[in-house]
Amino acid sequence: MNDDPIRSGVIDCIRRIAPEVEPAALVHDRPLRDQVDLDSMDWLNVIVGFHQRFGVDIPEADYAKLVTLDGIVAYLRAKGAAADA
Amino acid sequence: MIDFTLPSLGADMDEGTLLEWRVVPGQAVNKGDVIAVVDTSKAAIDIEVWQPGVVHELMAQVGQKIPVGTVIARLRAPGEAAAATAPAPTAAAALPQALPPPAPVPVVVRAPPATGARPRATPAARRRAGELGVPLAGLAGSGPDGAVTLADVERARPAPAAPAAAPDRAVEMRKVIAAAMARSKREIPHYHLAEPVPMRAALDWLRAHNAAAPVTGRLLPAVLLIKAVALALREVPELNGVFVDGVFRAAPSAHVGVAISLRGGGLVAPALHDVADKPLPQLMAELGDLVQRARAFRLRSSELGDATVTVTNLGDTGVELVHGVIYPPQVALVGFGRIAERAAVEAGQVVALPMLTATLAADHRVSDGHRGAIFLARLRDRLQRPAEL
Amino acid sequence: MSRTLSYREALREAHREALQRDPRVFLMGEDVGRYGGSYAVSKGLLAEFGEQRVRDTPLSELGFVGAGVGAALGGARPIVEVMTVNFSLLALDAIVNSAALMRHMSGGQFGVPLVIRMATGAGRQLAAQHSHSLENWYAHVPGLRVLAPATVEDARGMLWSALQDPDPVVIFEHAQLYNLEGELPEPWTQDIAHAALRREGRDLSIVTHGGCLPKALEAARQLEGEGISAEVLDLRVLRPLDDVAIAATVAKTRRLLVVDEGWRSGSLAAELMARVVESALFYELDAPPARVCSEEVPIPYAKHLEEAALPQPAKIVAAARRLLGR
Repeated sequence: MNDDPIRSGVIDCIRRIAPEVEPAALVHDRPLRDQVDLDSMDWLNVIVGFHQRFGVDIPEADYAKLVTLDGIVAYLRAKGAAADA
Repeated sequence: MIDFTLPSLGADMDEGTLLEWRVVPGQAVNKGDVIAVVDTSKAAIDIEVWQPGVVHELMAQVGQKIPVGTVIARLRAPGEAAAATAPAPTAAAALPQALPPPAPVPVVVRAPPATGARPRATPAARRRAGELGVPLAGLAGSGPDGAVTLADVERARPAPAAPAAAPDRAVEMRKVIAAAMARSKREIPHYHLAEPVPMRAALDWLRAHNAAAPVTGRLLPAVLLIKAVALALREVPELNGVFVDGVFRAAPSAHVGVAISLRGGGLVAPALHDVADKPLPQLMAELGDLVQRARAFRLRSSELGDATVTVTNLGDTGVELVHGVIYPPQVALVGFGRIAERAAVEAGQVVALPMLTATLAADHRVSDGHRGAIFLARLRDRLQRPAEL
Repeated sequence: MSRTLSYREALREAHREALQRDPRVFLMGEDVGRYGGSYAVSKGLLAEFGEQRVRDTPLSELGFVGAGVGAALGGARPIVEVMTVNFSLLALDAIVNSAALMRHMSGGQFGVPLVIRMATGAGRQLAAQHSHSLENWYAHVPGLRVLAPATVEDARGMLWSALQDPDPVVIFEHAQLYNLEGELPEPWTQDIAHAALRREGRDLSIVTHGGCLPKALEAARQLEGEGISAEVLDLRVLRPLDDVAIAATVAKTRRLLVVDEGWRSGSLAAELMARVVESALFYELDAPPARVCSEEVPIPYAKHLEEAALPQPAKIVAAARRLLGR
């Protein structure tokens, strides 16, 4: 799990907005926004971070797929995320 | 008036004793006439006068020991009236005392050991320590005689303050919020109004806008809400301004304070200026910048002090509605609950609509419920016409 | 373009140039003619220029310096050689009370365009009466310009400029420099107003003049080996002092070390330290100003004692280390 570059990239993007997040404490299949205090502005900045890091465009309509950490990673992988950091 | 002083009659004469006057007041004298006889250590000497005149006053007593340079007589110059004139200031100074023998000068003057009172530091080091706020006492000195040098001060420079300052800041902030809220509850007679606002039109518009925009150009519902508030305030200006010293001053423009929660606790409500005049993308950019700087504690004082109304809880935390507490000296606070699907009636049918509840807390000294209700109605209307925002 | 020659030879060339260019110039002093100068500076000049231009004087400093004052007042441009500063004491009245004051006391009517050259300093076992460094006495007197050429270039270039000065100029030649060999650049400087930075550095400023310059440079070389970078300023002009150059070097390094062969009490070193400390530079200093002077004793005759009494590179190095707290 830990050497998945997409997963570690996602966590990194989240931590840039919410630096208090402990990666080890994140539950991968529970809604992320229940575990991390991210308001709508924060979430938008996280999305922008994903876009810049993975080169993936994420339309608003797809936000519903980005609920859990697993869901986010799967979505980005399916979209052909370039995993180079 | 001519001052006649006792002349020095020998290289080492310091004083003389008056033995005899040879003139009387009123007597005319010519240059070279003897005016007195003075005894020195060597002989009794006839003292001659050097200018013609009339003796006005004799100022020494026979038998008196007089230092050289003392005025012993005053003469009127030829032609001068006898009327008493103010005596010239006695500029005659006694000869200086013989100088004390010089103290033997030590060949080398070693600096006394530095006491604790004033640390020994070079001028350059002292100044730099002052600039940096580094205390000199206790610094190791590598200079001559153990003096603290510039390099020593630079080495002692404190590391930049650790982020552990954050807990203190949180405590301070809590105090500030406590004071403001307590004052608000104490002084402001609040009234509260609530209004359900359909959000389908706004959300549809947003969705279309964001689909066509790059991810960095997306708008959040928050900016629509803030702009709608600013526009509605134009119609109810008694909700936009400050109440100070018993007087309400309406503000010419709406500087909307945005309540921003800080990571780790605390709240600030810095102002977005002139909201009603700015297009949505600009407001979005400014809001993003404001949030970022607020969370980094890098707000400008104008942002902290300029708000004319405050908007809070822009739909994120999941509450249905906000019972607001006004930030003094403002006179209104607008709250937004979360956007959620609710049952509503439309054309006789029960439908599911995205709705939020907007609330107004307002200062009853400045406005009353009727005006407040008009504001909420205007706000609701604006949010049905998002393209006009 | 440059050549190598000795300080003595450079002085001789300077005299030849002056005697050739200006018919009003003549040289006078004890043994300057037939003997060729007690330090051989004027060797050959009598033969080249004749008795009117190179004049041997009697053993009477007050007399012939006074004659020099008179000649200058009368329109000549005399170079008066006083064998050493030690003998100039006999002519102090002519120098200080006549030459230096004539312009002032005549209300500007008369100047004394006189150049007086003197050897100065110790190091040749000439004992107490013949080893003084009294440049500071002359640098004390308004009305005089005082020069201290310490390089071959300055020995060549300063004389002509001194002769152009309408007021008296006293030139001090350290006795140990006559044999100094050095490069004479072409063209050479003729400046008689400014100090010169002889070595750039960062950690301290060594300010010196005359015979102490080679010692200061030697000390700076040794200090470099210890990681201490010393700047060396050659004063060149002892009156008026180049305050700008002195301030610039001390402002840069924040540490002043003066090397002066005079005794410390009432010395030129004391004047330099006072100027620095009384100015705003005080607040820039990172160490108290320091000086290396001759020991406060009559200069000894015995060689080892004479060496111990005078400034030496080892003493300069030690003082520099102390300045840096080492």
